[in-house]
Amino acid sequence: MKNIRNFSIIAHIDHGKSTLADRLIQYTGMVDERNFKDQILDNMDIERERGITIKSQAIALPYHAEDGEEYVLNLIDTPGHVDFSYEVSRSLASCEGVLLLIDAAQGVQAQTIANLYLAMENNLEIIPVINKIDLPTADVDRVIEQIDSELGLDAFSALKCSAKEGIGIEEILEAIVKRIPPPKGNPEGPLAALIFDAQYDPFRGTVIHCRVFDGTVKPGDFIRLMFNQEAYKVEEVGRFLLAREKRDRISAGEVGYIFAGVKTVSDVHIGDTITLDERPCDKPLPGFKEFKPVVFSSIYPIAPEDYEDLAVALEKYLLNDAAFVYQKDSSIALGQGFRCGFLGLLHLEIVQERVEREYDLSIILSVPSVRYRFTLKDGSVMFVDNPAHYPNPLSIEKGEEPYIRAMLLFPERYLGSVMKLCMEKRGENSKLGYLGPGRIELMYEMPLAEVIYDFYDRFKSITQGYGSFDYEVLDYRESTLVLVDILVNGEKVDALSQIAHRDQARPRALRACERLKEEIPRQMFKIAIQGAIGGEIIARTTISSFRKDVTAKCYGGDITRKRKLLEKQKKGKKRMKTIGSVSIPQSAFLAVLKSDTDN
Amino acid sequence: MNSKKIPGLYIHIPFCLSKCPYCDFYSSTSISAAPDFLNGLSKEMEMYRHQFNPIDTVYIGGGTPSLLSPEQLENILTKVRKNFDLIADAEITIEANPADLNQSFLESMREIGINRINIGAQSFDEKVLGFLGRRHSVKEAISAVEAPRKAGFENIGLDLIYGVPGQGIGVWLNTLKQGIAFSPEHLSCYQLTLEPKTPLGRRWQAGEFSAPGEELQYEFFMKTSEFLEEAGYIHYEVSNFARGMEHASKHNQKYWDHSPFLGLGPSAHSFHGNQRWWNHRSFDQYLASINAGNLPVQETETLTIEQLRLEALYLGLRTKKGISLQDFKKQYHSDLLSGKKKIFKKLEEAGFIAIRDGYLYPTPTGLAIADTLSLI
Ligand SMILES: Nc1nc2c(ncn2[C@@H]2O[C@H](COP(=O)(O)OP(=O)(O)O)[C@@H](O)[C@H]2O)c(=O)[nH]1
Ligand code: SF4
Ligand SMILES: [Mg+2]
Repeated sequence: MKNIRNFSIIAHIDHGKSTLADRLIQYTGMVDERNFKDQILDNMDIERERGITIKSQAIALPYHAEDGEEYVLNLIDTPGHVDFSYEVSRSLASCEGVLLLIDAAQGVQAQTIANLYLAMENNLEIIPVINKIDLPTADVDRVIEQIDSELGLDAFSALKCSAKEGIGIEEILEAIVKRIPPPKGNPEGPLAALIFDAQYDPFRGTVIHCRVFDGTVKPGDFIRLMFNQEAYKVEEVGRFLLAREKRDRISAGEVGYIFAGVKTVSDVHIGDTITLDERPCDKPLPGFKEFKPVVFSSIYPIAPEDYEDLAVALEKYLLNDAAFVYQKDSSIALGQGFRCGFLGLLHLEIVQERVEREYDLSIILSVPSVRYRFTLKDGSVMFVDNPAHYPNPLSIEKGEEPYIRAMLLFPERYLGSVMKLCMEKRGENSKLGYLGPGRIELMYEMPLAEVIYDFYDRFKSITQGYGSFDYEVLDYRESTLVLVDILVNGEKVDALSQIAHRDQARPRALRACERLKEEIPRQMFKIAIQGAIGGEIIARTTISSFRKDVTAKCYGGDITRKRKLLEKQKKGKKRMKTIGSVSIPQSAFLAVLKSDTDN
Repeated sequence: MNSKKIPGLYIHIPFCLSKCPYCDFYSSTSISAAPDFLNGLSKEMEMYRHQFNPIDTVYIGGGTPSLLSPEQLENILTKVRKNFDLIADAEITIEANPADLNQSFLESMREIGINRINIGAQSFDEKVLGFLGRRHSVKEAISAVEAPRKAGFENIGLDLIYGVPGQGIGVWLNTLKQGIAFSPEHLSCYQLTLEPKTPLGRRWQAGEFSAPGEELQYEFFMKTSEFLEEAGYIHYEVSNFARGMEHASKHNQKYWDHSPFLGLGPSAHSFHGNQRWWNHRSFDQYLASINAGNLPVQETETLTIEQLRLEALYLGLRTKKGISLQDFKKQYHSDLLSGKKKIFKKLEEAGFIAIRDGYLYPTPTGLAIADTLSLI
């Protein structure tokens, strides 16, 4: 055990986590140049394209240190987005130390701090690493000063590197060996292993990624997952090289994988404890939380006949994404579909993209919603995450909505406009601090619904990209809620209904109308778009009809060309949803939610 | 398939004196190549000998057919008669440039059997002609329109262009007024289309000038329709008007009702049954193929029944006559109205189409959006 180090790299997005991981992998000779791909731990196309790590990954790096000893350095890569902060916390719980990576030009950002807190909660050794020192805009002294004053860490302990140029990599590896403590634990004790990820393997079922704290697990053992109380027979264990490497056992201190005939990843809960069925540990490892989706939206196939295919696609998708939940749902406007729960808007977009791409389906998502709580006059309590299930307004005694604590970091010069934005978003109980000269840390408690609306985009544009943001979910608070409906040519588009705070209803409705006007192409008839609360129209706009589109000349040589054009248009139209004889493109449904502050 | 529909013959003369900046027809300015071309054309006709029979229309277009000499044109028609069964009262049209029309040329045309002439007058406004880069003047345009009548032509067509940047509706109506003063039997009024690959199209894309917006285009379109209908012309196709349906272009109507047609010459298209094919859009390639003993065909497509349906629908909706529901069912094995009653009713109420006497046909406002109508 004394030659094992378990560590993670944590950083604000784009500070170079994936690049540094690549460099460490290369340096320790895990891959030769020929097989090397950038961002090696980001396996999915979507991860490479978006430049965000979505799934956790682990890899064991063999390292021959200066002290002459051979070490195994287990690098656990963590997701890089607030939507996945619980997964991050479980990955960190599997480590003894972290590299806290900070961009030399950007300095400390909100996720630097949020991740630092997570590392501290887990009592990890923290090694600050200043990355991108090769940049002409790098300001290493300023970052050192921030590490001291804003993070309260020992600035002298900070390492400097350029992940891109491969500078300072050996120093980092040495620091991992020297400064991160080796794992502790008893290989002979009752098994206690923490699940930090689960992935689906089409040939073998679910592969559980875990960190063993105590005990040993080997093929043939019967393991028990303590939260869902299911027992499984272990088929294979091993550790992560670039591919999985089978071993005869994994023991206390090690990071590895287990196959135990678990069918879907949703049977496995991240943060759950694995123990042995016949000799269980007395209590699960700390920090387990049952996964809770916070954003909800319905998915419909654009073509109703694709419903069965969509059902199959979601079932398969679920095998891979334990954070995703869904159930059957139906809409008057969009037909049969599924109500789905997500960790956040990014998670929602990822699911949408993967379902469309991997299963070749065209789908529509309804306006995302948070989960509201209503107390009715008869004393009963109901949770509503689907505007279609909004209770009769006369029966409502009290409505409540979830709140979050937002942490915002940005240069002082934007303070006025950021505060204005937060107030507009119904922020309250603000706490203002100076992290360093000219650098503000602002905490606000605000409704989650406001954050999923367009907060993030607007905050980024107000702070011209210098601001960073993170949040945690707090509690439910009382709120004046209304149901806002959208009507197209007098027909309610139930999938566009949203629950909103009374004060936001009119601007929301107006914005939805305008967005639809931008997204719905002009058609043969005039289209009226209205926003309404019950019978009261609170916003309206119209899309005028077009009057002339016919091509002037159509003779022998034009017929094929024109037909091809029409065929293309026809195909495009098929991807639209027809409601009240109006063709609504898929983009219109999501656009209703998107921000328009790019000006 | 189109057993009852009689084929037409199109001949593409690929020469122009100079290239108009808005034109995307295939033509070149090397007129000295005309003898080679005529040679090739005659071989091409032989290759199709008796395959499209009988034929009741011949359309000599281009390019600028009026650049050829009467002898050359006569030679073409002789070859046509030799290789195809041209019926006695066939419609034989020639396209002509105003600058080329003198009395003796026109009289020769009559003599060799051409009975319809279509004159590319384009405008009676000097500024508009200038913008379009035409090589004739207003004066030439006027005398070009007067001359065929004197030569005995009883079926004269005029081509005019509207929606030219800078041309107001007033200027356009003036051109129209001057046009009908000659009582032509036929008028083609085309909205200027800025094709991206033409010099004018490129200048437009580069932002050198702006084209009329959709509202204005619509106004041009409707005013044209109203004005000419008022003057006794039938608006029988999106861009075509005839003083009585007996003067409607028999040849061009074949394109809109899926009649078979054979196109000869570079870039010409042909259609038969469910096949469409087109010749090389290059004079050299065209000749090379023919001289090697091959048809100068660049590509052939076989249309599926859905493609035929879509074409029949969009082409039919370009015409005042519209689509015969019964014929459509017979030819394309599908009921045009089935499953679409609701939307057709709505379109009828909105005044875009009418369904009467077994025909589905567009109103003038419907004609203006015929392309979209065909997507329902
Ligand atoms: N100049 C420079 N760019 C770097 C360095 N490390 C990473 N980058 C770039 O920063 C961007 C974000 O890096 P990435 O590793 O994807 O960040 P992540 O979001 O933390 O995983 C990429 O364009 C990298 O090429 C560095 O040391 N120097
Ligand atoms: S004369 Fe006719 S065919 Fe020739 S370039 Fe001009 S418009 Fe085109
Ligand atoms: Mg990354």
